[in-house]
Amino acid sequence: MNLFDIMGPIMVGPSSSHTAGAARIGRITRRLLGEPPVSAQLLLHGSFAATGAGHGTDRALVAGLLGMRPDDPRLPRSFELAEEAGMDLALGKTVLRGAHPNTVLLRVKGGSGREMEVVASSLGGGRVKVCSIDGLEASFTGDLPTLIIRNRDKPGMVAEVTGVLSRRQVNIAAMQLYRDMRGGLAVMVIESDQPICGAAAEELRACPGIVSVTYLDLEGEE
Amino acid sequence: MAFSSVEGLLAAARTTPLWQAVLEDDQRDRGVAREHSWAQMERLWKAMQAPLEDYDPARRSPSGLSGGEGARLDGTGPGLCPPFLRRIIAAALKTGECNACMRRIVAAPTAGASGVLPAVLIPLRERDALSDEVMIQALYVAAGFGQVIATRASIAGAEGGCQAEVGSASGMAAAALVHVMGGTGEQMAHACAMALSNTLGLVCDPVAGLVEVPCVKRNVMGAVNALSCAEMALSGAESAIPCDEVIDAMRAVGDALPAALRETGGGGLAATPTGRRIAEGM
Repeated sequence: MNLFDIMGPIMVGPSSSHTAGAARIGRITRRLLGEPPVSAQLLLHGSFAATGAGHGTDRALVAGLLGMRPDDPRLPRSFELAEEAGMDLALGKTVLRGAHPNTVLLRVKGGSGREMEVVASSLGGGRVKVCSIDGLEASFTGDLPTLIIRNRDKPGMVAEVTGVLSRRQVNIAAMQLYRDMRGGLAVMVIESDQPICGAAAEELRACPGIVSVTYLDLEGEE
Repeated sequence: MAFSSVEGLLAAARTTPLWQAVLEDDQRDRGVAREHSWAQMERLWKAMQAPLEDYDPARRSPSGLSGGEGARLDGTGPGLCPPFLRRIIAAALKTGECNACMRRIVAAPTAGASGVLPAVLIPLRERDALSDEVMIQALYVAAGFGQVIATRASIAGAEGGCQAEVGSASGMAAAALVHVMGGTGEQMAHACAMALSNTLGLVCDPVAGLVEVPCVKRNVMGAVNALSCAEMALSGAESAIPCDEVIDAMRAVGDALPAALRETGGGGLAATPTGRRIAEGM
């Protein structure tokens, strides 16, 4: 944990895990979708489901989906603002096997028709972890610029991707690989020290074998 | 890398003030410039003051359980506590209430314990007309001790009970107060160790699972405890058990706490007949 994980964040109360973390999860989901959601289904698990309403977890998640940061004073009014923005909301509870107590499953849809399913957990102190995207395992916090690459599971894909990043002077802080089955669909999650420019993302998208490239940089402009 | 022991923190502080050792460590850890780190801490210090500046006694939390009591501590009162102490109590209550009312606060180290540090630092700054600079330095001291607590034990109520939240905040605040008063690194460590020792075993038992009862008033206890432990350390009183060992004990105690007493709303005050009645009414 860095120093400002201990001191801070500045946030709308009452709970760093149930409110600030939830807002961050909502905002990460919006960024992963790559466009403002027009509809969202939020299914709360565990402690999120049990005490979420009293902590404003639901309102914080929606605030994040609207693009608000955890310290946005409009956070408590997010339901009204979502209605004004024409965002369709469905809230419910669920049970996710083996999930952290503060976990939510979000199904979102953008204006372009693009859909996405994200499972994320709030770990305490406002820190969060994305656990899966569209049913495929992942594990990242959004603290650093993050690339989520889906590709065919075949030799040379990691070299291809890291080659592009190396030529652009991007240093990899952490990298994870997952796949659904041998020769099937694989996911690379790459967290980097430097932001990744649009041109690099385009170059990656053009690589044969790469199915999709999603880029998350919470510090960058939307 | 973050400090993993108070001993390491004190060793780094032999050649440079402790707050500066923490700042320099943050620069290395995150690869940021000194000005960047300082500006970030300055923002936190400003944001800590806002809940007291725009406190509204008419405000209530969504549950209706919190709000308005901080203002009861304004004015002279019954005369039991000296005015300075009364201001500390009021500041802790007001910040805790702001948090419950979904206002903007600074998690320090958590939202539930957000009242402790502002409650001791802001009245002291006002009383002694201190500079913002020394208060920001004090936040580095608090964060440095907090980092050790988070590394060796926990700052999450769900893991370690309230000792990990208000307890940690109290230990951090005690060290910060020693800095403001010009004490040594060793005195900071003793103040932190004593404050943590006094809150060892404190359970996390929020009524209806909300950060309101007893959290808001526990912030008052954390602040007053920090004040008395800093006073002891500055006067030469020492913790018999070194700070790192107290933190390790805090972890062991947290691990031994049953789940009902770790932020589940299933034990302690939450499990009382009245606590249950309040929860059912939500």
